Amino acid sequence: MFGDYSLGDLAAIFAMQGFAGLILFSVFLLMALGLAIIFGQMGVINMAHGEFMILGAYVTWMTSNFFQAYLPALFSGYFFVAMILAFLASGALGMLVEWGLIRHLYKRPLDTLLATWGLSLILQQCYRSIFGAREVGVDLPQWMLGSFQVTDAIQIPINGVFVMCLTILITCAVAYVLYWSRWGRQVRAVVQNRVMAGAVGINTERVDRYTFALGCGVAGIAGSAFTMIGSTGPTSGQLYIVDTFLVVVFGGAASLVGTIASAFTISQAQSTLEFFLSGSMAKVLTLLAIVGILMLRPQGLFSLKVRK
Amino acid sequence: MFDNPRFANRSELLGIAVLALLLLAILPLTLDVFRLNLVAKYLTYSFVAIGLVLCWGCGGVLSLGQGVFFGLGGYCMAMFLKLEASSAANTKIQSTPGIPDFMDWNQITALPFLWQPFHSLTFTIVAILVVPAIFALIVGAAMFKRRVGGVYFAIITQAIAAILTILIVGQQGYTGGINGITDLRTLKGWDIRTDHAKFVLYFVEVACLFACIFAAQFIRRSKLGRILVAMRDKEDRVRFSGYSVANFKTFAFCAAAVFAAVGGALFTLEVGFMSPSFVGIVPSIEMVIYTAVGGRLSILGAVYGTLLVNAAKTSFSESFPQLWLLGLGALFIAVVLAFPNGLAGIWRDHVQPRLSGSGKPGKPWEAIADKTPAE
Amino acid sequence: MQIGHLQKDFLLSVEGLTVSFDGFKAVNNLSFYVDEDEIRVIIGPNGAGKTTVLDLICGKTKASSGSIQFRGKELTKLKENQIVQAGIGRKFQTPSIYDDLTVFENLEISYPRGRSVFGALTFNRDKAVRERVEEVAEMVFLADRLAMTADLLSHGQKQWLEIGMLLIQDPDLLMLDEPVAGMSVSERVKTAELLNRIIKGRSVLVIEHDMKFVEDIAHKVTVLHQGQVLAEGSMNAVKTNPKVIEVYLGH
Repeated sequence: MFGDYSLGDLAAIFAMQGFAGLILFSVFLLMALGLAIIFGQMGVINMAHGEFMILGAYVTWMTSNFFQAYLPALFSGYFFVAMILAFLASGALGMLVEWGLIRHLYKRPLDTLLATWGLSLILQQCYRSIFGAREVGVDLPQWMLGSFQVTDAIQIPINGVFVMCLTILITCAVAYVLYWSRWGRQVRAVVQNRVMAGAVGINTERVDRYTFALGCGVAGIAGSAFTMIGSTGPTSGQLYIVDTFLVVVFGGAASLVGTIASAFTISQAQSTLEFFLSGSMAKVLTLLAIVGILMLRPQGLFSLKVRK
Repeated sequence: MFDNPRFANRSELLGIAVLALLLLAILPLTLDVFRLNLVAKYLTYSFVAIGLVLCWGCGGVLSLGQGVFFGLGGYCMAMFLKLEASSAANTKIQSTPGIPDFMDWNQITALPFLWQPFHSLTFTIVAILVVPAIFALIVGAAMFKRRVGGVYFAIITQAIAAILTILIVGQQGYTGGINGITDLRTLKGWDIRTDHAKFVLYFVEVACLFACIFAAQFIRRSKLGRILVAMRDKEDRVRFSGYSVANFKTFAFCAAAVFAAVGGALFTLEVGFMSPSFVGIVPSIEMVIYTAVGGRLSILGAVYGTLLVNAAKTSFSESFPQLWLLGLGALFIAVVLAFPNGLAGIWRDHVQPRLSGSGKPGKPWEAIADKTPAE
Repeated sequence: MQIGHLQKDFLLSVEGLTVSFDGFKAVNNLSFYVDEDEIRVIIGPNGAGKTTVLDLICGKTKASSGSIQFRGKELTKLKENQIVQAGIGRKFQTPSIYDDLTVFENLEISYPRGRSVFGALTFNRDKAVRERVEEVAEMVFLADRLAMTADLLSHGQKQWLEIGMLLIQDPDLLMLDEPVAGMSVSERVKTAELLNRIIKGRSVLVIEHDMKFVEDIAHKVTVLHQGQVLAEGSMNAVKTNPKVIEVYLGH
């Protein structure tokens, strides 16, 4: 099958393919980061996670329209505003949901799963009523549209590079918040022993609410980043949810390093397979491999042996 | 006082009798064939719901992949019916006569190996029961032996549902793709599309449903049923009483799978086609809500819950299509937050005490909402 | 091979048992032996690894190395339910019973018959089962509570019910983790009496802090400290051991 290509062509193909894999990796990681906080740290199953991402995407779309209509001069920078707004909107909705729904269900994980699924249906319908059933895409500012010409055959799209940089930035921020800040210590204290954490003066309800909101906010940023590489529809979120959960579970739910490693493995596996097989078979094989490995090693890639 | 638990207590027997009256007399006498066929379609989901009562309600094992088993049963039946509909005489305009039309469209020139045995009805019926059971056995044994339970099991079963859907849609030539297997006509020469056939099939299905209810009731009333409940409560204690928890969970999962597959096979017969839209994540999780609405511990509740949710879905979708998703979403939330015991709980806590007229409220069910610890 | 032969004399022989959690050795190269019909009490300060030892014997925790032999069977290779079927029963620190089932059903589930899936499906509640359940209920002071949902029992009654569930299993080695903790004084007295009655004719391994209770029942005491045996012997010998006084009993 490689007979028709020269060596240079092949190198270019592999480089481009590798880059496509890296973009997929960024996408998976962005999706999974929010869930790694909510599911990995808090143990809450949020099936509406995809809808929080989509909210971020819609906020970005609206911001882009607003800038186009009223502030065309500043359009090239709208994206940074949009991401902040997406974070705030998804975070605020997350806070509301935690208050109205999640906090009643901390002891009933399976029921949380059902309730948040219901929430996802409601959100989908709201998006459809407000934004219409058709998919929407945003206009990118001029500077994001081009690509870097590395060699004659290798082109690297700027928006892809932007998404990757953004992913690195957000991953670092999340890692800092979870592992090095006082806040992160409080979160882990609450997760490990709620009663004790409360007894030593941590406001557990507040920690729960803000952690959940943070996870949702990160999902919002992820959704915002998505608009750069694809369009958004009311049900787009549902397409991602299983992938996202698998990334987090596969990595070992409580480990951020695990999430990164698993996002990398899954995205590389999928993009490599896609080169050889049809898209759907590549997806099937990747998912099958993940499920198979999880059956053999249910704790995921990274986990500690602990006394229960 | 502590004799063997009877098969059913008085109120359960009464419940079964009322359901029999409703399904065998009231509905067939009052509904036209079109509506009756709709009821028949809903009832096929109640097989899945009954399985979930055993597996999730009693055993605490939530599967979000019951659509897989519904689909396996349904596809087995559809393959048989499709082969019968694709006789050489019916398909002589195709470039390869005698194979299903979608294979011909996908340039497949010979019947695939996997399809061959489905010429036999006996094999098909055995396959409907055995294929899902074996599949559930493999998945269940692999997961439960390694103590994967609770939400992890739910997510993995959901992933399996996603995989199977993608596979069916992707392998168009072998499965009929996104459209599924359609244009099914006869069962051993008997036209299943006529009104009369639909009427007869309805009663066949109700008979199967009662067989399924009795089987589920038998399981729940046996010591195995009590062990399932015990397991949901204190898994470790059951283990340290000398039971293999994994085996019991696997059994419940397999039983639920077989029930779902029977429902799926009947669905194909009643509705005349099978497609991946009954296999994936969305239908699978919707089937859970039927059980939740009925009351996750109540076998009869599962049947009523299924009928009610589907009737609501049909009438909403006819008049306000955009409201249905909102309603369904709200139903998920309401049933979890406000009515964890569903219709059966409402009946037991509010209706029955009033009917018995004793004035004193019955002993309220404490919320049995799932006690699976987060893992 | 001589050694293997010697081991058979003991009911339970634990040798070189080690388990480490992420580098921390909760139990470190531990060895001890329990005779037939012996009542052995394990004491030691918090974090000494007492509960972990029981967890290791009953299979709840897997050992990193070492062996546990019960009647010549290697337990470290068995699953929990197989260990139970080999004749070991274990009571947990907090009462572990089935809240949603009645007292009768709680006891019935522990009845050692119909433990396979199909055995349970076809299990018949015959006269033998009923009589045994009633007999055990009588022993654990719950004869008049049989039809009650276990959820509604008091804390002490729940402890008794769990002891009853073990009795009905009729294990050769009974392991009790703080059986009188959290009980009222009168419940304590009743429980001591109950335990004294049921420990006859079997070996018992008890973790307990109540020294008076220990003195009453123990044939031999093992003192654990930091996952290792600090001292072993009769209660009197242990009580006067200076090392034990220093780390545990106090001056």
